[in-house]
Amino acid sequence: MSSSAFPTPAPAADTQLGHPAAHLLMTRHRFRWWEALPWIAAIGFYFAFPDYLGFGTELLIAILFALSLDLALGYAGIITLGHAAFFGTGAYAVGMLAFYGIWTEPMTGLVIAAVAAGVVGLLSGLVLLRTNGLTLLMLTLCTMALLQEGANMAHDYTGGFDGLPSLSIAPVFGVFEFNPLYADTQYLYTLAVLMICFLFVRTLVYSPFGQSLTGIRENLLRMHAIGSPVRRRLVVCYTISAAIAGIAGGLWAQTNAFVNLSAFDLDRAATVLIILILGGYGRLYGAFIGAIAYMALEHFLARLYPTAWQLGLGLLLVLIALFARNGILGLGDVLWRRYGVRHAAS
Amino acid sequence: MSVDFASNFISILLGGLSAGTVLFIVSVGLSVTMGLMGFVNLAHGAFAMFGGYIVVLAMNRAHIGFAPALALAFVTTAVLSVLLERLLYRRLYRAGELDQVLFTLGLIFIFMAAITIVVGPESQPLQLPAALGGQLNLGFTRYRTYSIFLIVIGFLIVSGIWLAFERTRIGAQIRATVDNRRMAESLGINVDRLFTITFAFGSGMAGLGGGLGAEFLGLDPQYALKYLVYFLIVVSVGGLGSVAGVYFASLIIGILDFVLKLYLPKGGTIFIYALTILLLLWRPQGLLGKKET
Repeated sequence: MSSSAFPTPAPAADTQLGHPAAHLLMTRHRFRWWEALPWIAAIGFYFAFPDYLGFGTELLIAILFALSLDLALGYAGIITLGHAAFFGTGAYAVGMLAFYGIWTEPMTGLVIAAVAAGVVGLLSGLVLLRTNGLTLLMLTLCTMALLQEGANMAHDYTGGFDGLPSLSIAPVFGVFEFNPLYADTQYLYTLAVLMICFLFVRTLVYSPFGQSLTGIRENLLRMHAIGSPVRRRLVVCYTISAAIAGIAGGLWAQTNAFVNLSAFDLDRAATVLIILILGGYGRLYGAFIGAIAYMALEHFLARLYPTAWQLGLGLLLVLIALFARNGILGLGDVLWRRYGVRHAAS
Repeated sequence: MSVDFASNFISILLGGLSAGTVLFIVSVGLSVTMGLMGFVNLAHGAFAMFGGYIVVLAMNRAHIGFAPALALAFVTTAVLSVLLERLLYRRLYRAGELDQVLFTLGLIFIFMAAITIVVGPESQPLQLPAALGGQLNLGFTRYRTYSIFLIVIGFLIVSGIWLAFERTRIGAQIRATVDNRRMAESLGINVDRLFTITFAFGSGMAGLGGGLGAEFLGLDPQYALKYLVYFLIVVSVGGLGSVAGVYFASLIIGILDFVLKLYLPKGGTIFIYALTILLLLWRPQGLLGKKET
């Protein structure tokens, strides 16, 4: 009948939808079974290594910090050497409020840290993101140094070089106290915050907004050409990334019960960059893998053989830059693909 | 009163100028190599540290004079940098900034660890030769001989480099390549070789500067990271590939730093960072840099 004269396009559309690429695009935001593994491992860690919960807390904070950098650097391609600026802002926001007894409730404290760091990110992003390349690198570095020197200068309020010791943080939900000797509350609390932030970041990068960030990283001109508000997107992304880094800083201050100028250190900014690159940037789980690999090595090697650790770290960085630009997960991808191809061929 | 103020002013000026001179000698190579290749070389400070250690070790352990030790530092740093450039750096010329940052950060760590292993983690003192110790009578005031020596050396070096840039063939080739690399290549300039030469020279200068500055900057394995921000600030404020720009930026920042450390010892350097940010927002290419096309 009419259908034979005018074949409906429906079957064609069906085959398009059935195409593996289309399928991949439509389902890529869905949760995979293996995405539960990091969280199961984290909870398993809690029961298996009760003596290492302090280290575990540090590790979780490093993951969160690296995740925030991933949003700016990995997804939006903003190359920054000064991400500790936001970590420090969050840490000092929490630290100063707690030290002077103005605000000690931990969860709202993290919100304050996020807002403070977000404001710094927004203000600096509005001016810094006009530039690119070396100038941007220098400006992020200088902003961080500026904040550090500012905190040093205002030593009447921030404790200067010595920082603010023995912060008193109120119990979580008014029940679970932070015990400086046994870090079980700190661990679970940090894990919960990390999970919430991770789900937020995960949703964000799969959203149209996240897609446009990837577009900006991959082809700036094309994104301009299709009318994407590039600079606004970058500023928003930078602000969100700063806010999450601020949460990581706030967690650091709360769980250690002190803040000092090391929160703003170039060392810290370089370390988080190394962690992210080591794991693989521009992918959600790079921060996890990188932080685990780096922190475990650091924890066990750096204290025993600090010089060998530094040498090894240097060699590792050189090798990554020369040969494995996508980090551990990138290497995994390559191996997986090779194995997969061989598997399919045989 | 006014005499006091004037002599104070002059001593601050001289102290700042001598610190700025060291900054210039270390950073000038970084400016030229970054301008030529656009390579973000964070390890430049490590070359300066290497040179400083060569000078200190040559003087303290091999009992060589100050001047030959400086020459030795220049040569060894230049040779080492050429080796690194030929073997490693050149693989990353076309890579993104992020890879370059990581690579050179890795090099810094390797240098720091190597020096800790070979020499030790403690700070190395530098004993100046007797002729450069003491004070020098300038007629209107007396000041440390070594600072005056540094200022004079720095002026000679900047004049020499400026002349080489403006009056020699290789200088013209460098200027052409900084301006437009593709055009220079199509005119038959061997950019590859040019870069190796300038890289070696720039790193040699860094080694020399490390030796000259070791007396008051101190010398320990943290040196490469501690002063990195200063070298980068000087280069980006002065302008990539601009020798005069780097000279002026170094002197300004040297004097500013000297004044701020004197009057605002806690956090005074904040003004340097603030000024750098403002300047880079106003002129992203630096004081005397060429506008990017």
